[in-house]
Amino acid sequence: MTRPALGGVGLGSPVTPRRLTTVIQLEQVTKTYPKASRPSLDNVSVSIEKGEFVFFIGPSGSGKSTIIKMLLHEVAPNKGRVLVNSKDVTAMRSWKRPHFRRSIGCVFQDFRLLPNRTAYENVAFALEVIGKTKAVARRVVPEVLELVGLGGKEHRYPHELSGGEQQRVAVARAFVNRPLILLADEPTGNLDPDTSIEIMRLLDRINRTGTTVVMVTHDSNIVNQMRRRVVEIESGRIVRDQARGVYG
Amino acid sequence: MRLKYVLSEVLVGLWRNVTMTIAMIITLAVSLTMLGASGLMYRQVGDMKDLYYKNIEVSIFLDTQVSDQQRTDLDAKLKSDPLVREVTYVNKDEAYKRFQEMFQDAPDLLSAVKADSLPESFRLKLVNPEQYKNIYDQYKDTAGVDEIVDQSRLLDKIFNVLTAIQNIALAAAIVMAVAALLLVANTIQVAAYSKRREVAVMKLVGASNWFIQAPFVLEAVVAGLIGSLLGLVALIAAKYLLFDGSLKALQGLLSPVTWSDILFMFPLMAGVGGLISAATAWITLRFYLRV
Repeated sequence: MTRPALGGVGLGSPVTPRRLTTVIQLEQVTKTYPKASRPSLDNVSVSIEKGEFVFFIGPSGSGKSTIIKMLLHEVAPNKGRVLVNSKDVTAMRSWKRPHFRRSIGCVFQDFRLLPNRTAYENVAFALEVIGKTKAVARRVVPEVLELVGLGGKEHRYPHELSGGEQQRVAVARAFVNRPLILLADEPTGNLDPDTSIEIMRLLDRINRTGTTVVMVTHDSNIVNQMRRRVVEIESGRIVRDQARGVYG
Repeated sequence: MRLKYVLSEVLVGLWRNVTMTIAMIITLAVSLTMLGASGLMYRQVGDMKDLYYKNIEVSIFLDTQVSDQQRTDLDAKLKSDPLVREVTYVNKDEAYKRFQEMFQDAPDLLSAVKADSLPESFRLKLVNPEQYKNIYDQYKDTAGVDEIVDQSRLLDKIFNVLTAIQNIALAAAIVMAVAALLLVANTIQVAAYSKRREVAVMKLVGASNWFIQAPFVLEAVVAGLIGSLLGLVALIAAKYLLFDGSLKALQGLLSPVTWSDILFMFPLMAGVGGLISAATAWITLRFYLRV
C-alpha cells in the first residue's frame, strides 16, 4: 500500500520519537448517538504515541469528529475506554474536565477567535482564564505569536487578518500552554490550498517540538503531501491505519 | 488580577442589558420590601402579644344585688384558684373613677353615667391568658356573677387582622419573588448568550467552571443586594410616612417600630435576595452553559 514519499512541499521526513509512550489510546470504543440507526464508532481501537502526527480521514459522518469530541471529554463512549496520557477519560468526573483540557490544544475550521480582541488579547485571554498572570502573558504571548509567524501583527483584530492569519492566531492560542496534544478538526477547511500548506508547515513545526498532533481532515492534497500516519474511518470502523499514508 | 477581571465582567454584564437589569432590581426590591414588611409584622405581633397578654385581664362583673356573702365566697374561691395569678377587687366608686379616666374626652358620656350604675367587679390576671375558657366555665353560674368579659377575645381579633396583613405581605413577597426570579433567569440567559463566544473559548482552553460562572452569578447577587438596599430604603420611608406619620394616632395600640427593628430586617432581606438570585443564576447556567 505504501507509496514512496514525493517530498511534497519539503516538510522533511517525519520525526521518529526515540522513546515510545502512548498518549492516546482508544480501546474497543463504540458510540451510538441517541436516535441514530447505526453507531458513529463501532469497536474502534487505535493508539497514538507521543510525538506522532496522525491524520484521521474519511467521509462526512464517518465518526472522525466523534473521536475528537471523545478526546476532549465532550462525548462519552457507550462501550470501551478512552485513555489520554494514561488517564481514563471515560471515568473522569466532569469537574475535572477543565484541568484536563489544559493539556490539550484545539484548532477548528472556524478559528473560534473573539472578534473584539486583538491577536495578542485572544492568546492572552486563553492564559488569563486559566489563572496565569498578565506578566506571564506579556512574556509568553509575543513569543508564541512570533513562532506562528505573526510577529508585528499582535495588535490586529481578527477582521483585519486573513483567514490563514486568523488560523495562526488560533494555533498560537492552542499552543501557548505547551499542550501534550494538539487536536485539529479540519483546520484547513476554510483556507485556500496555499494558505493550507502554510498552516500545515506550522503544525509540522509544532509537532517537531514533541507535541502529538491529531488532525481530522478531508483535504487529500495535504494528506498526500505530508506523508504521515493515516487512519481512515468509514461508517464508524477503522478501514486503514498506515504509517506513511496517502489519502488513497 | 482574576478578581479584577470578574468584577469588571459583572459591571459590564449589568450595564449591557440595563433596562432588564433595572426591571430585575425593581421587582427584587418590591419583593424584598414585602418580605421585610412581613418580617417586621411578625416581630410586631410577637412583641404586642407579649406586651398585651402580660396586662390582660379577665373581668368578672357582679350582679347589682350581689350579697356580701356571695362576694366573699367568690373572692376566696378566686384567690385559691391555681389558674389565677392575681385578683383585684374593684368596687363601684373605683369603677366609676376608671370610667372617668377612660372617657375623659367624652363629657356627654360621663354625665350620662352615674357612679352607682357601674357594677363592681373582680379583675383577674391569669397564669396563662389562654386558659380563659376554663375560668369562664367555672364561674359563669356562680351566684352573684353577672358577666365574665375576657379582653383577650378582643385582642385576638386585632391579632387576627395583623396576622392576615402579615400573610398578605408574605404572599405578595412570594409572588413578586417568582417574577423577580424569572427576570433574573432571563437576564442571565441574555448575558450568557451575549458572552457565548468567550464562554466557548474558556471551556475550550480549560478555564475552571467557577471562573466561567462567577461573573454571571455575581451579576445576580449584585442585583439582589441592590434590590435589598432599595427595600431597606422603602421600609425606612414606610416608618417615616406611616408609623411616624399617618398612623401615629395608633401609637398606643401598636408597639412602636424602632430603627433597630428595621435594621434587623436588612440582613434577612439581603441574605434572601442575594442567595436566591445566586441560586437562580447558577441553575440557569447549568441549562444554558452546560459547563
